[in-house]
Amino acid sequence: MIRFKTSIIAPAALALMMTAGAIALAEAEDEQPNPPQQSWSFYGIFGKYDQAQLQRGFQVYREVCSRCHRLSIPFRELADPDGPGYSVAQVKTLAASYQVENAEPNDQGNMFKRPGTPADLFPPPDAFPNDAAAIAAMGKAPPNMNLIAKSLKYERGFPTFIFDIFTAYQEMGADFIYAIMNGYTKPDDPTWNLYYPGHKIAMPQPLTDGVVKYEDGTPGTVPNYAKDVASFLTWVAEPTLLERKKIGFRVIIFLIVLSSLLYLTKKKIWADAH
Amino acid sequence: MSGPSTYVPKSAFARWFESRLPIVGLVHSSFIAYPTPRNLNYFWTFGAILTFMLAAQIVTGVVLAMHYVPNATMAFDSVDHIMRNVNYGWMMRYLHSNGASMFFFAVYFHMFRGIYYGSYKAPREVLWILGVIIYLLMMATAFMGYVLPWGMMSLAGATVITNLFTAIPLVGVSIAHWLWGGFAVGNPTLNRFFALHYLLPFMIVGVVVLHVWALHVAGQNNPDGVEVKNVERDTVAFTPYATIKDVFGLSVFLIVYAWFTFFIPLYLLDPDNSNMANPLVTPSHIVPEWYLLPFYAILRAIPDKLAGVIALFAAIALLAFLPWLDTSPVKSAKYRPLYRFFFWIFVVCCVGLGYLGSQEVSDRGTLVSRILAVGYFGFLLIVLPLLGLIEKTKPIPASIADAVLVKAAPAE
Repeated sequence: MIRFKTSIIAPAALALMMTAGAIALAEAEDEQPNPPQQSWSFYGIFGKYDQAQLQRGFQVYREVCSRCHRLSIPFRELADPDGPGYSVAQVKTLAASYQVENAEPNDQGNMFKRPGTPADLFPPPDAFPNDAAAIAAMGKAPPNMNLIAKSLKYERGFPTFIFDIFTAYQEMGADFIYAIMNGYTKPDDPTWNLYYPGHKIAMPQPLTDGVVKYEDGTPGTVPNYAKDVASFLTWVAEPTLLERKKIGFRVIIFLIVLSSLLYLTKKKIWADAH
Repeated sequence: MSGPSTYVPKSAFARWFESRLPIVGLVHSSFIAYPTPRNLNYFWTFGAILTFMLAAQIVTGVVLAMHYVPNATMAFDSVDHIMRNVNYGWMMRYLHSNGASMFFFAVYFHMFRGIYYGSYKAPREVLWILGVIIYLLMMATAFMGYVLPWGMMSLAGATVITNLFTAIPLVGVSIAHWLWGGFAVGNPTLNRFFALHYLLPFMIVGVVVLHVWALHVAGQNNPDGVEVKNVERDTVAFTPYATIKDVFGLSVFLIVYAWFTFFIPLYLLDPDNSNMANPLVTPSHIVPEWYLLPFYAILRAIPDKLAGVIALFAAIALLAFLPWLDTSPVKSAKYRPLYRFFFWIFVVCCVGLGYLGSQEVSDRGTLVSRILAVGYFGFLLIVLPLLGLIEKTKPIPASIADAVLVKAAPAE
């Protein structure tokens, strides 16, 4: 048994936490606002991707982001039934609409381009031949998008970061992408973004109302585009999310039952030892 | 593992085998007949939990090594390949990366339990020191493992930690170059870190065997801190009593492990590590993994680099001297009211340092870090030696059986 003077320790611990909290607050004041938390279909224990939303998000990527941002995933992933869920035929047609450089040269030793297959990666964008060219033109190379949703972070702060453990909040990246897309709040300064660290962003505002025509009747507004593309990029970064949560749910139910049985066994075995 | 075995082979083959290699008898005396104090609480299940975690890390790690490429241009993509293309590769990786955290989570419970109940005192000094060596090896292994995915934070972490050696006068820079295999952290560093990350866990296994051996020679400490006097009255057999308790403790622990792995696998990973390492870009805010944060806070709290590095290593090395720093003859904090108070102050210092280590440098943060670092070292160097001289301890029970009886039938 652990018995200690909670009357003395608790105030000490509380004082420490408050000091730490005050430090965090003092630091937060002179910085930019945190991206507001959005509601996502893939949040939480039973969260899963919304197929129509991912397809819309892919459309936004294809028509807007892909001009500058590379996405190094194979076309075949788009047929993932837990993800955008395109049919194999659709993916084949889509892949064939891209010109992909063959990995090996032809008989004459020349590199050549051919229509893509589902096994090929999305080809790099045409806008810049390499990162140096992008940096020369934009000031910064557009990051590869395949892990971008997992690479963004902001301070969750105390005590939110503790609650995140129990609410299974993992959507920092999606919140961040959504916030950046909606963060161009100074029309006279195209390089200013409310949520980008330091506010100076190299990417000019990529999404404006009506820039993408949705086929399913969803209104073409920036918040809708942002939500859809953030969902799409989350799927790109974490395509196994649904499988993971499904298996995890079974594992935890199993372990709870096992633990209960083990506890009863333990009680029975120890009954004669006391 | 100590004394003649009580194992009696039942079949003719078992008798034949036992007279040639008495390994069954060894297992029998170590994990079946071995007497464990009957008053152990659930904090004593962390030994079994840690053994499981070590095995789990080795199994998942070996599988990951089959798909991972230790090359600076390919490592990052090979991890992405594991996540996307390898069957259940995401599970192996998340089990392994969160397993490291769970391993440390359990080892901190194990260590604080040892400190609370005075488990390092005679006759368990060697047992304790072996534990500190395991802890050091674990930190080295975890650090090198963190470098392998070759993300931004991997590179930054490797640079910060290996640069600690440059603080050594005269030879520091040469040592750093030797560690890097070049003039900066690069491909040779990644290669050797992978080799060592694969090697060290097996060294940990070796030291764990010594740790368990030493434990089974000295016998377990217990919440009352009195030695076993009468095996019949004070102890119960390892199997089934300790076994079932350990398995139950492990099962509950696995729920936490599964929660992290399957529902919040990214919680403890730094998002910056999802960007490939780039020597030209340094993350704005370099943080080590959570289990190293208290030591990182101590390092940053001291303005002089060399002094900071010395303090960092001293903070770990001092733990090995606990058996001699603590002068009290009474083991368990249960009977040491003053020690108990200071123990929790020490815990608050460690947790506070951990939190501050995760925050960006600020004047107030540095000030609080310094106060807590003084608390950390003060506990080890001043409070522990002094308490043994001035503390009035409560009467300790005559035997474990007496302590259990008091608990079972409280005074009316």
